[in-house]
Amino acid sequence: MEGSAALEGASPQRKQLESAVVRFAGDSGDGMQLTGGRFTLATALAGNNLATFPDFPAEIRAPAGTTYGVSAFQINFGAHEIKTAGDTVDVLIAMNPAALKVNLSDMRANGLLLVDSGAFGEKNLRKAGYDHDPLEDDSLKGFRVMKIDMSQLTQDALKDTGLSKKDSLRCKNMWALGLVYWIFDRDRQSTVDWLNSKFAKTPDLAAGTLAALNAGHAFGETAEISSDIGAFTVPPAAIGAGVYHNVTGTEAIAWGLAAGAMLAELKMVFCSYPITPASGILHVLARLKEYGVVTFQAEDEIAAVCAAIGASYAGSLGVTSSSGPGIALKAEGIGLAAATELPLVVINSQRAGPSTGMPTKTEQSDLYQAVFGRNADCPLVVLAASSPADCFETAIEAVRLATKYMTPVMLLSDGYIANASEPWALPDTDAFARFPVQFRKDPEGYHPFLRDPETLARPWAVPGTPGLEHRLGGLERDYDTGNVSYDPANHQRMTDARADKIAGMAREIPAQPVELGNDHGPIAVVGWGSTYGPINLAVEHLRDQGIDAAHIHLRHIWPLPANLGDLLRRYERVLVPELNKGQLITLLRSEYLLPAKGLNKVTGKPFAIVEVEDAVRAWLEA
Amino acid sequence: MNVVAPVEKRLPKEYASDQEVRWCPGCGDYAILKAVQRTLSDVGARPEQTVFVSGIGCAARFPYYLSTYGFHTIHGRAPAIATGIKLANPELDVWIATGDGDSLSIGGNHLLHILRRNVDVQILLFNNEIYGLTKGQYSPTSRAGTRTPSTPEGSIEAPVSAAVFALGTSARFVARAVDTQQKHLPGVLARAYAHKGASLVEILQNCIVYNDGVFAEFTERDVAADRQIHVEHGKPMRFGADGEKGLRIRAGTLELEVVRIGEDGVTEADLLMHDESNRTLAGLLARMTPPTMPVALGVIYCDPAPSYERQVGDQVAKATGTGKTPDLNALLRSGYTWTVGAPRRDSDTSTKA
Repeated sequence: MEGSAALEGASPQRKQLESAVVRFAGDSGDGMQLTGGRFTLATALAGNNLATFPDFPAEIRAPAGTTYGVSAFQINFGAHEIKTAGDTVDVLIAMNPAALKVNLSDMRANGLLLVDSGAFGEKNLRKAGYDHDPLEDDSLKGFRVMKIDMSQLTQDALKDTGLSKKDSLRCKNMWALGLVYWIFDRDRQSTVDWLNSKFAKTPDLAAGTLAALNAGHAFGETAEISSDIGAFTVPPAAIGAGVYHNVTGTEAIAWGLAAGAMLAELKMVFCSYPITPASGILHVLARLKEYGVVTFQAEDEIAAVCAAIGASYAGSLGVTSSSGPGIALKAEGIGLAAATELPLVVINSQRAGPSTGMPTKTEQSDLYQAVFGRNADCPLVVLAASSPADCFETAIEAVRLATKYMTPVMLLSDGYIANASEPWALPDTDAFARFPVQFRKDPEGYHPFLRDPETLARPWAVPGTPGLEHRLGGLERDYDTGNVSYDPANHQRMTDARADKIAGMAREIPAQPVELGNDHGPIAVVGWGSTYGPINLAVEHLRDQGIDAAHIHLRHIWPLPANLGDLLRRYERVLVPELNKGQLITLLRSEYLLPAKGLNKVTGKPFAIVEVEDAVRAWLEA
Repeated sequence: MNVVAPVEKRLPKEYASDQEVRWCPGCGDYAILKAVQRTLSDVGARPEQTVFVSGIGCAARFPYYLSTYGFHTIHGRAPAIATGIKLANPELDVWIATGDGDSLSIGGNHLLHILRRNVDVQILLFNNEIYGLTKGQYSPTSRAGTRTPSTPEGSIEAPVSAAVFALGTSARFVARAVDTQQKHLPGVLARAYAHKGASLVEILQNCIVYNDGVFAEFTERDVAADRQIHVEHGKPMRFGADGEKGLRIRAGTLELEVVRIGEDGVTEADLLMHDESNRTLAGLLARMTPPTMPVALGVIYCDPAPSYERQVGDQVAKATGTGKTPDLNALLRSGYTWTVGAPRRDSDTSTKA
């Protein structure tokens, strides 16, 4: 199982673990995301493999002490390959009663609770909905509890810094981080450097945070806690040589888009309206002007997609990005891009819905919207990224297909991928194949819908080109001239051509591989998007136990890879886990008439590995 | 050295496409099309550098009838599409052809934002106070009481004035013209073309089928001189068949009044001079309605400011100022990185790029 079951060690010496899952939880104002981020970096530098999962409320500063204001950051790290943020938590740092209450159900039995008892006053207990102090009764008896008055200890440590009580208390996350660094034998230097640089202009805060960090660490060293708590070490994983960066999906998509535009030799015009959890892509790209990126914060989602279409019409790479509700607003615009056959990349960072739903919680429920969600027959390309690092390549592929086939491409990410991070061995982009766009320049024989006989793509002729002046629009266009046409046979022919163009792409997209296991057997587990980690590990565990399961993971959702139907028919059972009520499975059933079975969950949280494992086992034993 | 090619003067008809024009016979759009072709000829527009963008509606068919680049898009969104075009290629001359429903109802938001951002485009707002293509429903500019298939008892909504709305958005160029005034309209269009930044020209256009004569009370030959005023920057505001009337501020108020020169001792010196750069004056002019006041035509307001795309370009130029070729590998390594070597434990070093 991912996450270690070996934390019960009672040895005063450091006990070696294969892996551990740590979760920092507190008020949204407690700096838990920042604390987790620092711990992540120190852990990456220690050579561990890792995966993280930030989980925070939609409210920026929910009322302090409430359960709905709890913000958490989970990291799973180990000496072996880590593919998920972990099913259950080994060590929970709870900065107040609400954080304890919300996160306790994810704790492993006999897991370690580090609790700031100083925050367990009557008021906070009441806000969290506790009748009694859980630290004082037996409600935590299934766990090892370490009650530490972090609030007081932080203030004591900072009494000579001149910081106010309020400012001192703001440093208690660093105190907790210092203690966790000691518990896991992590080097503090990267955090020290970071604090010095972050608070360079406010030296007293730099001094305060450093003092808190060191005090927490010293507490671990000197307090007699090791016998019941334990101190651990997680040895480095066997990691390939290279330069690494801990990348989030947000960053990787932004960089992948910039890379794609450069490989296509196009200026990118990225048009977006802020929406959770997609806004981060706009923020990253807004700082990349020197890479030929223009960003445009539009007045609304519709303006964003339309400006992107205008940019593509005029010869740039038009890109827009949103989440489900915003994609719904863009639907008509995407239809225009499909009708006028202009390149357009649409990023959908999916979140729990319908309607506003749960903005900061993940879901995979926009697959129908991506594949089918427009008026009339309006096929386009749909890709899905499977991990933060995979976003980079998938974004490049989106740009390549959009420009080669003159079509909208939708790239599905989700709230989990957007915010989660993983160490990424940075590729050498000089080795990437370029795919420079060839604009039509020659007026001889030109008309706007003169299709390439192989790809069926029309020529990209941009304003500014003498002799190619033409009129383009959403009214149906004549196959042979591009002029407006209401001719019945022509509409049939153009509708067929648009469908054939997208379907024909299956010729060149890579054959669907099997991620893990054999290309035939009793059961294949077929996933897409951010469920990669739990599915892959579940299948790995099953195979370790002698069960011949296979993992197949789709990047190309539409069109589907040409070999997928034949591949899936070689398995006796096809299980499709999805964080929705069963969307890919509908596609697979309708395309291949497969008796596939779904495993569906919509809690706003990723699959636990064990959930996938259990479902496979249950079906095989049925 | 760049060789500037001599401007090849094209005739207005050379700006016509090969497509048959399909507006109703007698539609005001024909007159606007003619005036636009004349303007393009007058300003020496290069067809390959010119883009007409439209949304949906009768007016939106406009691009199909011109020999320039044209993009007939979706309802209300032409300003957003045009903004994307200008961000991709600021050198293009972009015109928007739109109607009162397209730009003030479904696309009101986009009109607001393209004007306030000051994207360098010419917006031709064909205002006929009615929905034509959907067969005659009232529009946001229809006067209260307008009877249509969707308002059989008469509409009850207060209309929006395109020019007043535009001034409210901080637009830097607002003009008004009448479709059939072929001597006047091309001049206004040429001013809009010359203006760097967003320019809005409200063109009062007659819909012969669903709203015929809606502007007749001030466009009919016998009343036109008394119910229209063609404003010109720096000139006194005179109108009437013999220029015998004028506008001035009513003493002790902030409102305009019509006066007659020669009556009550009024001389031309008492009249207001038109100042295009005065937004308050522009607001007063734009609000005038007949029969008590003349309808203001011409360039009501013009006060240039840097265009949106120019400022975007300046930011990009500043970022790329070093002249370095963008390096993808450098981008990927611009955050916090660390190097794993082989054997990895010995060379586990971190770097902060």
